[in-house]
Amino acid sequence: MGAFSYFPHTEEDIRKMLERIGVNSMDDLYADVPKKFLYDREYDLPDALSEQEVRDYFSSLDQMNTRLKVFVGLGAYDHYTPSVVPYILSRSEYLTAYTPYQAEISQGTLRYIFEFQSIICELTGMDVSNASMYDGATAAAEAAVMSLHCTKKKSRVLLSSTLLPNVIKVVRTYAKFRGYEISLLAAEQGQTSLAALQKELEQGDVAGVIVPELNRYGIIEDFTGFAEAIHGAGALAIEYCDPSSLAVLRTPAEWDFDVAVGDGQSLGIPLCYGGPYVGFMACRKEYLRKLPGRIVGETKDAEGKRCFVLTLQAREQHIKRERATSNICSNQSLMTLFVTVYTSLMGPQGLYDVNNASYGGAHYLHDRLLRTGKFEEVFPDRPFLKEFVLRPSCAVADLQKKLLDAGYFAALETEEGYVSFCVTEKHSKEEIDALVELIKEV
Amino acid sequence: MRYYDKLIFECSKKGRRGYSLPVRKYERTLKELTASLCRTLALGLPEVSEVDVVRHYTNLSQMNFGVDTGFYPLGSCTMKYNPKINEEIAAMPGFQALHPLQPAETVQGTLRICYELEQSLAAITGMAHFTLNPCAGAHGELTGLMIMRQYHMSRGDFKRTKVIVPDSAHGTNPASAAACGLDVVVVKSKENGLIDVEALKQLLNDEVAGIMMTNPNTLGLFESEIDAIARLVHGCGGLLYYDGANMNPLLGVVRPGDMGFDIMHLNLHKTFSTPHGGGGPGSGPVGVCERLLKHLPTPRVEKLQDGTFTVLHENEESAGQVSAFNGHFGILLRAYSYILMLGKQNLKYAGRFATLSANYIKESLKDCYKLPIPSICKHEFVFDGLIDDGSKVAGEGNGATTLDVAKRLLDFGYHAPTIYFPLLFHQSIMIEPTETESLETMDDFIEVMRKIAAEAATNPSYLKSAPHNAPIRRPDETTAARQPILKYADEASVN
Repeated sequence: MGAFSYFPHTEEDIRKMLERIGVNSMDDLYADVPKKFLYDREYDLPDALSEQEVRDYFSSLDQMNTRLKVFVGLGAYDHYTPSVVPYILSRSEYLTAYTPYQAEISQGTLRYIFEFQSIICELTGMDVSNASMYDGATAAAEAAVMSLHCTKKKSRVLLSSTLLPNVIKVVRTYAKFRGYEISLLAAEQGQTSLAALQKELEQGDVAGVIVPELNRYGIIEDFTGFAEAIHGAGALAIEYCDPSSLAVLRTPAEWDFDVAVGDGQSLGIPLCYGGPYVGFMACRKEYLRKLPGRIVGETKDAEGKRCFVLTLQAREQHIKRERATSNICSNQSLMTLFVTVYTSLMGPQGLYDVNNASYGGAHYLHDRLLRTGKFEEVFPDRPFLKEFVLRPSCAVADLQKKLLDAGYFAALETEEGYVSFCVTEKHSKEEIDALVELIKEV
Repeated sequence: MRYYDKLIFECSKKGRRGYSLPVRKYERTLKELTASLCRTLALGLPEVSEVDVVRHYTNLSQMNFGVDTGFYPLGSCTMKYNPKINEEIAAMPGFQALHPLQPAETVQGTLRICYELEQSLAAITGMAHFTLNPCAGAHGELTGLMIMRQYHMSRGDFKRTKVIVPDSAHGTNPASAAACGLDVVVVKSKENGLIDVEALKQLLNDEVAGIMMTNPNTLGLFESEIDAIARLVHGCGGLLYYDGANMNPLLGVVRPGDMGFDIMHLNLHKTFSTPHGGGGPGSGPVGVCERLLKHLPTPRVEKLQDGTFTVLHENEESAGQVSAFNGHFGILLRAYSYILMLGKQNLKYAGRFATLSANYIKESLKDCYKLPIPSICKHEFVFDGLIDDGSKVAGEGNGATTLDVAKRLLDFGYHAPTIYFPLLFHQSIMIEPTETESLETMDDFIEVMRKIAAEAATNPSYLKSAPHNAPIRRPDETTAARQPILKYADEASVN
């Protein structure tokens, strides 16, 4: 073998090590492997490349993608990322550390997770937060399981049919195998129906109800009467929310809900073809012991200094094994640092500005699109924030092609046959005008 | 490392600002929203300048230890070096800007990366196909078990609700089984640390969905009776699941697919060098044998006859969708970059060097630390505490424990090994050096471990009060759990 930059072993080193071990060759270290399982061929893989060649290869693949102006959300929102965030995340002390098992040399990680938990509690209004989940969809699935753990003799979880399609799919997958029932709640004019909810709750078997704050149509849902009905039936009220919007919209705590879950992606995390993002989960303090995932807590060291540790681990897989609240092992640590740095930079005013610019831009686009005569309103009386759907009166395929050719990803067709648009603070009025002009030509 | 005691909330001053956004002027504003839909709760986020943020997080980082700081022999975690070219590739602006729902024709480069990575992982593991969607190792386990159950259910076989898990397994194995609705049946290990095949035979019947194994197991020992185990489990109609957390020593030497495993996951953040990020984001691709292809989760990248790529969103026979989109693409980029850098020439040495290093450390320390199972190990091995813990020193009471050894190591600029796992021993110290550490690094570590053993024998109380040089001393974990303070300005009353 020749020398390779990630392997420090010289021929002499190898010889010394083999001598200490008392074997003749590295192959002797595999003497306990049945011969028929030893792989003596070369992997069917390319030859080793130099750094320059690897960079060139990925650049060529990057060229094969089309760079588009993104006017679609549906669970992945194109908000601006301040330059400080990736700069901080690239610090090797954060990037190359493991889960903070050794608190004495992991106070950096433990502190930012504690800050993350605090920020999630501020945004949602909830009492306690965990140290994050994989993404919003899996967080919703974990919340469904948590509602079963928090209630007795219940076997069903209700999902609003207005939740994002991928959230419904993932919760259904988890439920199918874990063995509990899922029912979808009907909507009225794009908003989860309270009457349908009340009817389902009458059956007495519901452990939890998951409804979206901003739904698949972009509508801001109104939960007047929801918590009362859900609590009356002994179930948990769970809101799936967009944390960026919670800076301006009524929080799950203000709706008197029990659990808040969602995806932190809207807090400036790049789209990156779907990940990594970061799920979050927060709840009332009475459900703390049922909360899945890692949790960081404050304490003091032997000399009385303030410090932070992983805590309440008796809930977790490495202690409880099959009786754990979840199988989740680590969290999405580096992405919680992303959210923490982003939110610190933005502060309450920055998040207000982001939401206000998104609201203004989305409504500007909405109103101008209606004036083209090529769309009709689907839910005329429902309020929305940054995302909305319209019913197209033109051929969607032609519209799509025209937009893609011009470098726009917009008007994505939904399952219902509507087209979906999203505007954030990143988009300028000129870009919106250009999009509308293009659509006029279809 | 230097102690620094602020939280970002404590850097805040009303009116400070850390961002700059373009001015957008629209007629319609948030003010027109119905009041009942708006937040009235105060929002206590920090108000800080950009420099406040940069200094705060730089100071915090200096209380952290990463692979770039020093040797990190954390068993079962494969803390190998994280190459920097991978970070450069993952940060390329083109990849970062792609929306996950973009039409396939606009993301051909990205889909090709996913497809080629799947093919590479298949070549390395001997599995037929991979999904890249699972977000982490434990998520891969859950996904793999879902595929296992979906397979049985698709055959109308609904009574297979048990899964066999060795007593030495990672804690996530039984927890993932429970999350998948399976009942865990534990199979014991023998004296030599390997699965008791006779005991396994007694457990097998037509209610068994399969077995979860890691090979080498968590003691770092190769399950040499794997052929018999595979025949037995397959013979009763069950499937074999391979927990890829311990795949590193097999790189270039053994392929799980060849050993008879039907389903497996890989931890890209272990075997394929993507950074651990302080506990995520990881990535846990799942590989399956040919007959399980149709049960892989959606969405799924497929190559068409004309050489272009598409995304399959629905498939009735699939186990279902397991994550929000297509997995952690940012992590997949790094792993594929690593595979391309190593190529077939170097990948085959990664496993051998990892095994060589682990055996070298084991042989160099076994006269100071108890080695319960003296066989050749693979990438890691387990000591059962100190040979002389100092308990015979007058007036010292109990001797130094594994915890004390771990804490003392921090003083010398090392991360501690994994401790108190596996559960088979009372004082487990699990050491995994990986292939990226030099002989000199290991020799220095060995010397320090010997020095600590000598300290334990003569002055165990000094170990018990370690660390002495870290930013903080040992934290009071009991109070943390009894009176949890879980967010800023929480009173110690949350319970």
